[in-house]
Amino acid sequence: MSAADLIAALGAVVPGAEYEALEAVDSDVTPVLLVPAAHLFETCRALQSAPGLEFRAFSDVTATDYYPQREPRFEIVYHLVSPHRRARVRLKVRVGKDEPMASVTPIWAGAAWMEREVYDLFGIVFEGHPDLRRLMMPDDWEGHPLRKDYPVQLRKDATTYMPLQVSEEEFRANLERDRQIRPRPH
Amino acid sequence: MGLETDLPEIPVITTTLESVVQWARRSAIWPVTFGLACCAIEMMAMAASRYDISRFGAEVFRGSPRQSDLMIIAGRLSRKMAPSLRRIYDQMPEPKWVISMGACASCGGVFDNYAIVQGSDQVVPIDVYIPGCPPRPESVIYGIVQLQKKIAASKMDQTPKARIA
Repeated sequence: MSAADLIAALGAVVPGAEYEALEAVDSDVTPVLLVPAAHLFETCRALQSAPGLEFRAFSDVTATDYYPQREPRFEIVYHLVSPHRRARVRLKVRVGKDEPMASVTPIWAGAAWMEREVYDLFGIVFEGHPDLRRLMMPDDWEGHPLRKDYPVQLRKDATTYMPLQVSEEEFRANLERDRQIRPRPH
Repeated sequence: MGLETDLPEIPVITTTLESVVQWARRSAIWPVTFGLACCAIEMMAMAASRYDISRFGAEVFRGSPRQSDLMIIAGRLSRKMAPSLRRIYDQMPEPKWVISMGACASCGGVFDNYAIVQGSDQVVPIDVYIPGCPPRPESVIYGIVQLQKKIAASKMDQTPKARIA
């Protein structure tokens, strides 16, 4: 199925969306579509469920930061697979900084951690995501490291953790409780 | 032949308690099973039969920090791993020693970036630094022998505070 066929099929089920076919080195086997950000969720739902499309497998979502060459600076890339049709498609969506994006986790549950990764490293917020936390960086990390304006050679002290402070009384109480739960054989 | 032929008539030798205790400590350094990156492969090679660290009494890699004397930081220490490493170190009973193995653990190595701690001595006190990327098993054995010399030359009753200071 070529990019033109996909655009024709999608035009029937997603009204009002304007798609553009992009060129890539492998666009003969994997058609590449530029999707308007407002129609991404509807497009994905159609690609997943519309008869004849049926991209049931979610392969990947990642992003690219084109700062400062492009505005809007981010390009989110989705890879979809239809195993039984042996077809692939790549969707690209352009969003700017602080622009939220619709999450596709309600459509493909497997997108959850990949969207968390994109959020962690690029700071793109996916609206409708059930659990949008950082995936790779520590929970209290500041900034999003794969942004082009992030200071890569960051100088910062290593943080560890606060050791558990147990008072003498608490320690003895813990020992006593342990003995009651597991009595010694003699 | 061996030692028995050189024994004095009365089979008694005198020494200090400290030298006996430190001899026992340095002759059975049990490392904690803990590897972070590719250096851990060389650390495992050091423990296996070809290099055979058991010749120096340090082959018993323990699965629990409670049973270990030595932590070998084998690989780059990421900032996310630093709390876990410190926690494992804190769980080891005294006396304990730490070897920083390889360039990444010692100074960040080639990873001069936000994700890697630039020297694991920011997190735990290090006794021996082993250079290399990664160090060959011979280097790690040499590092353990250096640590044994350090233990032999140190006091028996050293507390963690005294060791850090």
